Amino acid sequence: MEIKQVFRTLSEASGVSGYEHNLTSTLQEHCPWADEIKTDKLGNVIMLKKGHGTNPRPKVMLAGHMDEIGLIITKIEKDGFLRFGTIGGFDQRVLLAQEVVVHGRESRTGVIGAKPPHIQVAGEQGKSVSMEDLFIDIGFDSKAQTEEHVSIGDLVTMKRDVLDLQGSFMAGKSFDDRAGVAAIFECFKVLAGISHAADVYGVATVQEEVGLRGAITSTYGIVPDIGIAIDVSFGDSPGLPESDTIKLGQGPGIAIGPHVHPKIHARMVETAKEWNISFSPDPSPYPGGTDTYAIQVAQAGVATILLSIPLRYMHTPIETLDYEDVRQTGRLMAMFIAGLNNDFVEGLTCF
Amino acid sequence: MLLARLTEANGAPGQEGDVRDLIRAEIEPHVHQVKTDALGNLIAIKNPDAPGPKVMLAAHMDEVALMIVGIESNGYLKFRPIGGVDPRVLVAKSVVVGAKKIAGVIGSKPIHLQKPPERERAFTIQELLIDIGAKNKEEAERLVKLGECAYFTTKHEEMGNGKIKAKALDDRVGCDLAIRLLQEDVSFPLIAAFTVQEEVGLRGAGVATYQIKPDLALVLEGTTASDVPGTDEHKHATTVGAGPCITVIDRVSIPHPPLVQELFALAEEEGIKVQVRRNTAGGTDAGKIQMSEEGVKVATIAVPCRYIHSPVSVMSKDDYEGAYRLVRSYLKKLQEREASN
Repeated sequence: MEIKQVFRTLSEASGVSGYEHNLTSTLQEHCPWADEIKTDKLGNVIMLKKGHGTNPRPKVMLAGHMDEIGLIITKIEKDGFLRFGTIGGFDQRVLLAQEVVVHGRESRTGVIGAKPPHIQVAGEQGKSVSMEDLFIDIGFDSKAQTEEHVSIGDLVTMKRDVLDLQGSFMAGKSFDDRAGVAAIFECFKVLAGISHAADVYGVATVQEEVGLRGAITSTYGIVPDIGIAIDVSFGDSPGLPESDTIKLGQGPGIAIGPHVHPKIHARMVETAKEWNISFSPDPSPYPGGTDTYAIQVAQAGVATILLSIPLRYMHTPIETLDYEDVRQTGRLMAMFIAGLNNDFVEGLTCF
Repeated sequence: MLLARLTEANGAPGQEGDVRDLIRAEIEPHVHQVKTDALGNLIAIKNPDAPGPKVMLAAHMDEVALMIVGIESNGYLKFRPIGGVDPRVLVAKSVVVGAKKIAGVIGSKPIHLQKPPERERAFTIQELLIDIGAKNKEEAERLVKLGECAYFTTKHEEMGNGKIKAKALDDRVGCDLAIRLLQEDVSFPLIAAFTVQEEVGLRGAGVATYQIKPDLALVLEGTTASDVPGTDEHKHATTVGAGPCITVIDRVSIPHPPLVQELFALAEEEGIKVQVRRNTAGGTDAGKIQMSEEGVKVATIAVPCRYIHSPVSVMSKDDYEGAYRLVRSYLKKLQEREASN
């Protein structure tokens, strides 16, 4: 299967933070490039592609998180409607009139509703519907009926098929950060055709949205020399200042900031230029929000970098990206890895 | 399934072509005449020259939609609603635009870049844009023309306990009912008007009625249900699952009281659960039909739908079937009356 198609499958599957296990088999089945694939206790999927060098080989970890934000059922109302809380950051304004999948005894379609406009008082239309006034309608008529299928604590994901927009643009849910996972696959595919000394651990991490937890445990197990996190970053979109965004269709953002090792940054930029891969500089003054941070501070410390795939409308069911950026991110990582040797790795601790 | 095809077809007010073509193909085998008029109403006539009362069924083909009114230099599409759309339901939805059915999304600012108070405020229509992934204005202009419309992309699907979710149930459910009812074997003139431009002021119904000159008219609708949490029970206009509703009064019509009483009595006789529409707001084609020429006796029978005028509405199959049975029983009763005359 083409990686773009795997990405589509991953996007449409459900895997709220802590419950990513639905994605594991898709990853295992579609990663022919790995020499070993294992999962750890938190559910991280670790795909190892061995290098061609002699031992000791440099170890590179690539991390893309596979968890998505979602909802959790908190109450079943007497008429059978469901109340919910959020797992990860949702703007309540994107939830109204959204279709969802309620993962109860079986997966069921639902609709997020609120009281209808004609019974709202004047002025209410200017206000957003607050999270606590929203509910999920799954089409049952009573609490008892609903309880046969849904329990408090069941998870809810957005119901959204991937859309193809113009060119290689796509829209869908949980591109944050299954696009990062797809970039790892794209990297592996390129590496399969070239020689590389380093062992490469591609990790689909869990629980990033609730505190980078999967990256913490997987890095501890791998102890890489170099960590590359691939996450999404704010793409150019209406109403956002240019300085807060990177442009879609111009390759990955190469982050610079406290979580980016200067020598890796320099080498990454050099690699991009050498292979004619376009990129956007991505100044990143808030270094805590991605797996990069968790990798960086593992054990005795890891030299890290963050590559960013530009994404519009982050944390909505219609996140939009240019798939070509995913491919180029993979290619850049592969060329970077191909150029690694032990000397470069040793130099990373010399300041 | 007919209702799936009807709801997944697109038809903004004034641009009902796809819906009209679909309905025309469905009804042609069952009627003696099919015609369209200057506004685009589709009028299907059974037994045009037969004696007996001229009975009109009316259902509107149009749905609320978003008209493209501008293309930004960076390729985003500006739009305005045609018909009543609360801008709050548009955020983070997918749409399909124009004749070429170009896929697009209505995006919003990421939560990470918002301050919490921003989320208290609803987005205005002016702030929302459709993103089709075009690189610039020129690319977008090749794909989309000003005046074309964007539609929701919701698929018809059954859910829960005999419910259906779909877009445009208002009023494709009425169209579906009228198509089925046209298949009844009656000897009197039965005329179905599939009307245009209801959502922008009941425009098709007036001119259709003028041509038909019915003795009585039954308006088939999908109407608002507000039987949801946060709404006091006395404000539930209608309740999903409690049967089709019969209108006693709305903003634009007072349906003919003896006809309304007859329908209630018939429902009881036939064991069909019905409800009174408990809301005096909102209008249907009945308003225009009733006032045509020297006046027409009307009644409105509607299927309750939650979340109308949004990307996804929900109705009950039982309510739909109840509406069908009620109108069918009424037509049968008229037929019996005719036969005994």
